[in-house]
Amino acid sequence: MNTLQLCLVFSSVLFAIGLMAALARSNAILVLLGIELMLNAANLNFVAFWRFGPASDGATGVIFVLFAIAVAAAEAAIGLALVIAIYRHQKNIRLQEATRLKG
Amino acid sequence: MTLVLAIIAAFTLASAACAFSRRNLIHSALLLILTWAGVAGFYLWAGAEFVAFAQVLIYGGAVSMIVLFAVLLTRRSIVDPIVTPASRSRVAAAMGVGTAVVAVLVAAVLNTSFGPEPVHAPTAEVRQIGFQLMGPQAGSLLVIGVILTIALIGATILAASDRENPRAVGASARSRMGKGELSTAGRRAVLPVHGKDAAS
Amino acid sequence: MSAAFLVSLAASANAWMSGRAFPARTLVAPDADRFLERAPLAARDWVVGFFPVSLHWLVHSLISIVAVLAVFGLFFAFLTIIERKLLGRIQNRLGPNRTGPFGLLQPFADAVKALTKEDIVPAAADKLLHFLAPVIVVAFGLMGFAVLPFGRDIIPVELDAAVLYFFAASSATELAIFMAGWSSRNKYSLLAAMRALAQLISYELPLLLSIVPVVMLASTLSTSEIVRAQGGWTLGILPHWNVLTPWGAAGFLIFVVAALAESNRSPFDLPEAESELIAGHLTEYSGFKYALFFMAEYFGMTALCGLGVTLFLGGWQAPCAFLEFIPSYVWFGAKLFGLILGLIWIRGTLLRLRIDQLTRLAWKFLVPLALINLANAAFWSLTAGLPWPGQIARWIVSMALVAVPFVTIGRTLSAGLAPRTYKYA
Repeated sequence: MNTLQLCLVFSSVLFAIGLMAALARSNAILVLLGIELMLNAANLNFVAFWRFGPASDGATGVIFVLFAIAVAAAEAAIGLALVIAIYRHQKNIRLQEATRLKG
Repeated sequence: MTLVLAIIAAFTLASAACAFSRRNLIHSALLLILTWAGVAGFYLWAGAEFVAFAQVLIYGGAVSMIVLFAVLLTRRSIVDPIVTPASRSRVAAAMGVGTAVVAVLVAAVLNTSFGPEPVHAPTAEVRQIGFQLMGPQAGSLLVIGVILTIALIGATILAASDRENPRAVGASARSRMGKGELSTAGRRAVLPVHGKDAAS
Repeated sequence: MSAAFLVSLAASANAWMSGRAFPARTLVAPDADRFLERAPLAARDWVVGFFPVSLHWLVHSLISIVAVLAVFGLFFAFLTIIERKLLGRIQNRLGPNRTGPFGLLQPFADAVKALTKEDIVPAAADKLLHFLAPVIVVAFGLMGFAVLPFGRDIIPVELDAAVLYFFAASSATELAIFMAGWSSRNKYSLLAAMRALAQLISYELPLLLSIVPVVMLASTLSTSEIVRAQGGWTLGILPHWNVLTPWGAAGFLIFVVAALAESNRSPFDLPEAESELIAGHLTEYSGFKYALFFMAEYFGMTALCGLGVTLFLGGWQAPCAFLEFIPSYVWFGAKLFGLILGLIWIRGTLLRLRIDQLTRLAWKFLVPLALINLANAAFWSLTAGLPWPGQIARWIVSMALVAVPFVTIGRTLSAGLAPRTYKYA
């Protein structure tokens, strides 16, 4: 198992941990944190391929990671603002109770 | 080389696993910040220093603040943000799905023969990244700018408190009852108070 | 301490292991051959020479770390006494003068007091976080010193993205302040910690925006390159420092205000003032942990001043060509000390701002000014090659781009407020 495969296994396990957290927890904030972890695992993949993959033009992998980090941060901000709005409406943030479309 | 990778991977996976099994939400958030620091360590090990510092700055300096503020603003008990763990069957199902995903991915990774490692490690100098961002990737940069602006405006509007709601309810009620009635009633209610005040 | 050690170690180990030649410290400028200028680097190389070649990277890093800790530790100690004496003089009284001649042994008396005070931890506090918060604040405050160029070729770690590293290191201190406030299990500490956090994130934006023009015009994020780009003199006496350009002066002022707020110093010391929510997020800290927070605030202030000197005041460059015989690290120290004296002066003179006043200052005043400053710097850079009548026009337009927004936004924001009148006694 060469280094690239080791990095990819690491990012796969991190992705799976994020997936398990997003599926198992019913607190909206923990679900969002699980999604953030999945995005981070994908970024790990990008950097691993940039470093150990076949040589391409210098910085494409790194730039993709920068964009992915920016988009993930924007999505975290919106998601947590939504969580605050849900809390204001139903006074807790259990996802099981956010089942009605009409407020 | 591989030993350092193993240490970084162990640290990151351990803190991620602990982050999602704690009952205290603040502890989960802080352990996740440690996980992000571990990912930044991986970027440093791979030689992408710019991304590593950007990861620490954005995730550890900004996203962590949002998460902590959200945790503190959405708790019922003043003292501790305790979350109840999910039911056993749900946790078991999630673990099953997670293990299946890991198995599929690891099998795919181990059965693919990747090409040989490049002889020289690639370097991403800041100057190179800058030229790429301003040249070939300028369109993506503008789109990211628009996305971040939309996120800023959207988050502010979503999280702003609804101070207008009571007034909105009152205004709609007034318009339903007809403008004349309530306004004269209001004036009649107001006048005696004024008279009393003027007298005293 | 260990965090700075690990970063320096990692950088040197990375350079060593990836086969890149260990950066040779060659001094190329003619005046650099002078003995005093060469002395620190020559001393370091002499000590490194005692060890086998395979350990050179380790000893190199250790010497840089020990030197930074020793110099800035002593600097912090004497800064406390200088600040107290100067504040005393501004307030028409003597400062501490009992311990030692002119009170010079006061820092050591303070250290003994802090060490021997009882360390009270609230029973309901989160013990691990309560312990970790001061440690993290000091560690990440010290990590900022790794990228400051103290002299010609004297820099602990030479990084390509040095400015970004500096801000990444200081963003962790904000987390530690939150941890301090939350782990005390005290409503008022938590409230004060959230207020402190709001202040810190509000002022991060003007801080970063005021630095972007410098990076843009030097076209590099490396601090040593930015200092080199400010070299040279016109007519031998006018240096090319960034602060002597219109956009640089505006940027420097915004940077100083934002740095005052980022290090929680008066007039932005709402989070830790004794009359505001007791002592804010530090209410439940006593003894050595409180001293660590205090130390971290001074280290943060010194690091930010060092960055300001590097980016705006020309770093280790001398102001005139004939003053180059004074070594570069002496110039850096003198400029750093001058800037810190200015900050102490501001502390003794200006009144504390309320939380709504300071957030309004950040978002409504400093951020638009910093954005306009960015456009100003771009204009400055694009008109660099004009013949000399164009140069005069360039200066006038640039200064107008600084003055007009300042006056208009300032007038608009303070509309409706009566002028401040001071009644003496």
